[in-house]
Amino acid sequence: MKTRYTYGGDEHIYVEMDDEMSLDAFFKSLSMSNAVREADINGVTEICPANASFQVRFDPDVIAPEEMMRRVQELEHKAEDAEKQMATRIIEIPVYYQDPWTHETLMRFRERHQDPSGTDLDYAARINGFDSVEAFIEAHHSQPWFVSMVGFVAGLPFLYQLVERDKQLQVPKYLRPRTDTPKLTVGYGGCFSCIYSVRGAGGYQMFGVTPMPIFDPEQKVKYLQDFMVFFKPGDIVKFKPIDREEYDRIVAAVEVGTYAPRIAEVDFDLEAFNADMVGTNRKLMEALNVA
Amino acid sequence: MSLKIVNPGLSTSIQDLGRPGYFHLGIPIGGAMDRFALRAANMLVGNPEGAAGLEAVFMGPVIQFDKTALVAVTGADLPVKVDGEPRAGWTAFIVKAGQTLSFDFLKSGARAYIAISGGIDTPEALGSRSTYPIGALGGINGRNIQAGDVLPIGEGDMIEEGQSVPVEMRRLPGTPAELRVLPGLYWHRLTEAAQNGFFEDDWAVALEADRMGYRFKGGRPLEFVEREQPFGAGADPSNIVDGCYSYGSIQVPGGLEPIVLHRDAVSGGGYFTLGAIISADMDLIGQLQPHTPVKFRKVEMAEATTARKARKKMLSDIRAHLG
Repeated sequence: MKTRYTYGGDEHIYVEMDDEMSLDAFFKSLSMSNAVREADINGVTEICPANASFQVRFDPDVIAPEEMMRRVQELEHKAEDAEKQMATRIIEIPVYYQDPWTHETLMRFRERHQDPSGTDLDYAARINGFDSVEAFIEAHHSQPWFVSMVGFVAGLPFLYQLVERDKQLQVPKYLRPRTDTPKLTVGYGGCFSCIYSVRGAGGYQMFGVTPMPIFDPEQKVKYLQDFMVFFKPGDIVKFKPIDREEYDRIVAAVEVGTYAPRIAEVDFDLEAFNADMVGTNRKLMEALNVA
Repeated sequence: MSLKIVNPGLSTSIQDLGRPGYFHLGIPIGGAMDRFALRAANMLVGNPEGAAGLEAVFMGPVIQFDKTALVAVTGADLPVKVDGEPRAGWTAFIVKAGQTLSFDFLKSGARAYIAISGGIDTPEALGSRSTYPIGALGGINGRNIQAGDVLPIGEGDMIEEGQSVPVEMRRLPGTPAELRVLPGLYWHRLTEAAQNGFFEDDWAVALEADRMGYRFKGGRPLEFVEREQPFGAGADPSNIVDGCYSYGSIQVPGGLEPIVLHRDAVSGGGYFTLGAIISADMDLIGQLQPHTPVKFRKVEMAEATTARKARKKMLSDIRAHLG
């Protein structure tokens, strides 16, 4: 893992921790972007952490690009020395897999897909070596995920599953992006899951929908009244499969303001996780049951 | 006072200088594509330079005024009329109560900026009135203006009519439009031949050109340095592990058609970027119509910094000129 520093024009510094995805690269990126935030460098306007990289936007009228680069590079040792643990939260996200809305959409855009003969889940299960769609869905929701990046569009989380690399699910994106994706679709592309925060274009395979809004510009949803975006990098997510009845019940509860997401405060330690993934995940998920 | 939208034009939105600070959540800065033009329009009518105005793309709106106000139209050459009588662009003029502002067909450029003394006074969202339709933020209920909308206008001091920005102080792209690029980001993914070819080739603005990004066509496909794709990046050689995108960054999906991300940029994704348009040239992109010939020119940081200073000087010259 070798850090690469580069400019994005005269207003951005781009730092890539590694060219491949790993929890180590994600942790280093998050701690280094935090170090830049804490350094409170005059002229910095935005700090954007991503999966295995981060970006700093600055005002070159306030700080020269070369000086900004030097200041960011100086902080790398802090990220290296930082303990690989964090206090965060685990959130249960209900997912209605194989729902009628993503099904209608994926049928509408079938000619843009690698395998027009089946559904996105049929395809994803097959190329990942699962005997059935049900077994694939089980792999998708049985182990938790890290929110490794928030972005693309308003409040959309990218999620990286907390499992060994050989157990990571991988699927390509659509051959040509769709012009439509239902709001709150749970998608998959590369080694990342995502939740489409708003309706719109998209290239990820579609597995289901969540009834739980994660972006609300009007801030009418009760748990989004403090801030319109739900996720932040470092959040841990556990998907929970639900049926149509449960989906409808949650939609109605969100509408009347009685729905509260299940959330528990947890500590995550990367070394402990690497030593015992199944045990660490079990503890994380148990926290949800206690909460 | 308020403005009544009789006809919205093609795609007219309320814009100011945007909402910095939320790109890490996927909410872009937004704001006027051509900030130089919006600032000049506001200066002409005595507004703070970051007041909200209208950004009209290719076609102007028809607007009825319920009170007398000072108005200026800058940016694209979109001939302006008051009750059918022509008025000069880049010049402050009075529209009286009951009169109608309208436009003729576009002559050059792509986006006209309409500033009204007092500024548009719609509610702010995350510190800005700029319209960002994807996130339903700003503007009128998060959307562009429509016929029948009534836009509230703030209290403004009416300064004198007739102030003007002379032609030599305006800034519009030439033909071909030259856009300066600082190579960087994932520049190393291209072969040397592709790196050179990108700057040698003649490009033109494609039809897909909007606030999110401008697409270009006409150059040769770009070839990538061979490698085994890193874990999580995706199979195509133009793919990377999803990362942040810089404003002005140039992505080339599949190595085919470059896309320059603009004010309403998506904040990240899985395509390599070869560098970024320098900040001084971002405004120019907002004035490019489809089919406009474009040359990309490679520069180093020193030139980017000098160009940024020159652009700032142009604005301070206008301020000095208008007193």
